[in-house]
Amino acid sequence: MSKIVKQEMMGMNGDTACAYAVKQCNPEVVAAYPITPQTIIVEVFSEYVANGEVTTEFIPVESEHSAMSTSIGAAAAGARAYTASASQGLALMYEMLYIASGLRLPIVMTCVNRALSAPINIHGDHSDAMGARDSGWIQLYCENSQEAYDTVIQAWRIAEHKDVLLPVMVNIDGFILSHTLENVAVLPDDAVKKFIGEKKIPVVKKPSGELTPYVLHPDYPVSMGAIDLQDYYFEHKRQQAEAMKNALKVIKEVGEEYGELTGRRYGLIDAYMMDDAEIAIIVMGSTAGTAKYAADLMREKGVKAGVLRVRSFRPFPRDDIVKTLSKVKACAVLDRSISFGSYGGPLFTEIRSSFCYECEKPIIINYYYGLGGRDTPPNLLENVFSELKRIVETGKIGEEIRYLGLREDSIDSVNYKAELISFKDLNTGNIGGK
Amino acid sequence: MSEEKSWREIPLGGLTWLHSSEYKTGEWRSFRPVVDHNKCTRCMQCVIYCPDIAIKYKPDVNMIEINFDYCKGCGVCAEECPVHAITMVKEKE
Amino acid sequence: MSVVKPKDLALTEERLAPGHRLCPGCGEPTTVKLVLKASDDPVIVCSATGCLEVSTSIYPYTSWNVPWIHSAFENAAATAAGVEAAIKALKRNGVYKYDKVNVLAVAGDGGTYDIGFQALSGAFERYHRIVYLLLDNEAYMNTGIQRSGGTPSYASTTTSPDGKVIPGKLQTKKQISRIMVEHEPAYVATISAAFWQDLIQKSKKAFAADGPAFLHSITPCPRGWRHADNLTIELCRLAVQTCIFPLWEAEKIDGKMVYKLSAPSKQIAKNPDKKKPVVEYLKLQGRYRHLFKPEEKTELINQIQEWVDTEWDIILERCGEK
Repeated sequence: MSKIVKQEMMGMNGDTACAYAVKQCNPEVVAAYPITPQTIIVEVFSEYVANGEVTTEFIPVESEHSAMSTSIGAAAAGARAYTASASQGLALMYEMLYIASGLRLPIVMTCVNRALSAPINIHGDHSDAMGARDSGWIQLYCENSQEAYDTVIQAWRIAEHKDVLLPVMVNIDGFILSHTLENVAVLPDDAVKKFIGEKKIPVVKKPSGELTPYVLHPDYPVSMGAIDLQDYYFEHKRQQAEAMKNALKVIKEVGEEYGELTGRRYGLIDAYMMDDAEIAIIVMGSTAGTAKYAADLMREKGVKAGVLRVRSFRPFPRDDIVKTLSKVKACAVLDRSISFGSYGGPLFTEIRSSFCYECEKPIIINYYYGLGGRDTPPNLLENVFSELKRIVETGKIGEEIRYLGLREDSIDSVNYKAELISFKDLNTGNIGGK
Repeated sequence: MSEEKSWREIPLGGLTWLHSSEYKTGEWRSFRPVVDHNKCTRCMQCVIYCPDIAIKYKPDVNMIEINFDYCKGCGVCAEECPVHAITMVKEKE
Repeated sequence: MSVVKPKDLALTEERLAPGHRLCPGCGEPTTVKLVLKASDDPVIVCSATGCLEVSTSIYPYTSWNVPWIHSAFENAAATAAGVEAAIKALKRNGVYKYDKVNVLAVAGDGGTYDIGFQALSGAFERYHRIVYLLLDNEAYMNTGIQRSGGTPSYASTTTSPDGKVIPGKLQTKKQISRIMVEHEPAYVATISAAFWQDLIQKSKKAFAADGPAFLHSITPCPRGWRHADNLTIELCRLAVQTCIFPLWEAEKIDGKMVYKLSAPSKQIAKNPDKKKPVVEYLKLQGRYRHLFKPEEKTELINQIQEWVDTEWDIILERCGEK
């Protein structure tokens, strides 16, 4: 299309791509605390500030809790506010995530997905963001650094849309995306500025009919964050549910408009060779790239394999997913986090329940994979496709919940179990037999 | 109290839409301050100290006025009045 | 700074409205309304979770005639920092109407001494131009009178109750304002509503400061301190007169924090006979009742007096009065 603007290719890792996008968006306030693997975002952005490339007020806060609190204060005062975090940092700001969304503040955050302690691990998985999946934030998961750049820019439009007004979390896989150099096509500064537009202030109507801007401004004495009891709290949560529902449409619209500008279209899901697929892998984040490669290899062998990448986990695009998978015979949902004690990972349970009352539905199995940055190479994903093929051929499902890339266990070993002794036994050295 | 509204009728984000001056805390009172305006020197101590923002100075009549819609009857005004121009009397049942 | 006339103060616009649901005789609203009156410029208030917050914002009602936000318990300073930063950036971008807007963070002792200390310390180190008002009622009153770092020795709270073995809180009160002075901000002051002239002057200085300012208010709580509702201001007065809560300020002058006594505390320093024994302050409060009944525990009262004397000496020394 002729409308596509000329873009420059830049070698960047995922973190830098995010920081670069934020620079072009030039938000009024960035408040962030460094944490591996997000640190580069904070460092690179600090350089932009030091070199006068942005007019942003950068606040190197003393914790992630304050990063989100400061973003809330800034957004409430009418500013665009951006932050970035990961893992323990996201966990520390957990309380404030709910407050940002409950106050309907369109904050944008990059979450560089990393495992949660203990044991401490700095590498990629989705445990951090999955812990925040009910926090009222829109959650978008990126496949590569290009998408990270593109999504940070789109995030403002989604967050600030009048039918949404919710914070957006842009998720990128720790190290695999954050620290890996990639060619990223970047828009000219003015094109980004034009795309995101001027920051608008929502105006709301009181039951009396009086209009009030929803912002902390001296001329309008609004009160935000009041105590909301049995009589109204539920109503406000209902409003949030509606905003999340509206976001389904807005994410698509913004992704389409961005596509017109850049040639890169985005939606709620990304279906790869799904039109005639008989077996499929459903996955989020960077592993989708590997899965697509594995699907290509299967296709070469004449197997009708496809990949469904879920880009938007919140809001959950239930209808799009059901439509895409309804003709598939068997599929495997890959979860990069464990909801301990749950029957399957968060993505799996949600997809399975989506099919509950559907007549046409695939066999759905679940794999946990990649925890703590465990590598998931193409051959493992080929194995998943082979297993799906076997299930289709034999009709035998076997284990529904499985682990991908976990070492084979020896059934004889019980070292993972414990015996119990009394505290006093420590003094006598009586800690049991061999 | 206001009539309860549905979720579509109220502004987003928990933004408040009524002023507390519409809420009468005067009903909490068990003792009522009574001002002896002849004794009162208009020193303003009661106005300044009143925790309920219930005492106003009216410059047009040069008098202080207690708003019983809000006065909770704490008695700080009577205690602090340097000329004992305010006395606390029990509210009738 | 010129002295404020009582009538002028009485007629200054009220930024906190009546109809709030704080308890009768609560010490908080008097301090808050007076501090707010001291600002000639617009004010945006960032409240921590606590009595003041819940009682002034019971949805759908609000008691705030100024823009107000509450986000959480431990982050009033961080939220205020965000508001301040936003205004700074919006001004830089040329879209802000006002040249000067004051950002006031308000928190209780829980939100300041304890759970909110990190955010407070960080905001002061980063030197945001905010005024932080600590309403110190010396316990977590909103959740039902539990001890805090600001609870003084031998006060009985629901988590430091006077029992058969333990006579209330065994530890001393954290010297939060001196800790704040060590941050070397623009301004730190202690205030007592009883001495409202002093309170107004200090609040004006705080709002005029070109960096972070900390105002520490002694704020009686009739429920938590178990005192008569009408004695709130009298206790604010006695706290100063007994020197358990001296009035002082510390200003950054040529990069150095300079301490100075004010109001009655200054007079007591000149004339130590004016210092009242702390027992006069203690005996009005039910939280110290176990020190007087069934029999007077002189040793414990003396220990409190010794603590008061020691801390007063430190302040005298800092103020160059010793």
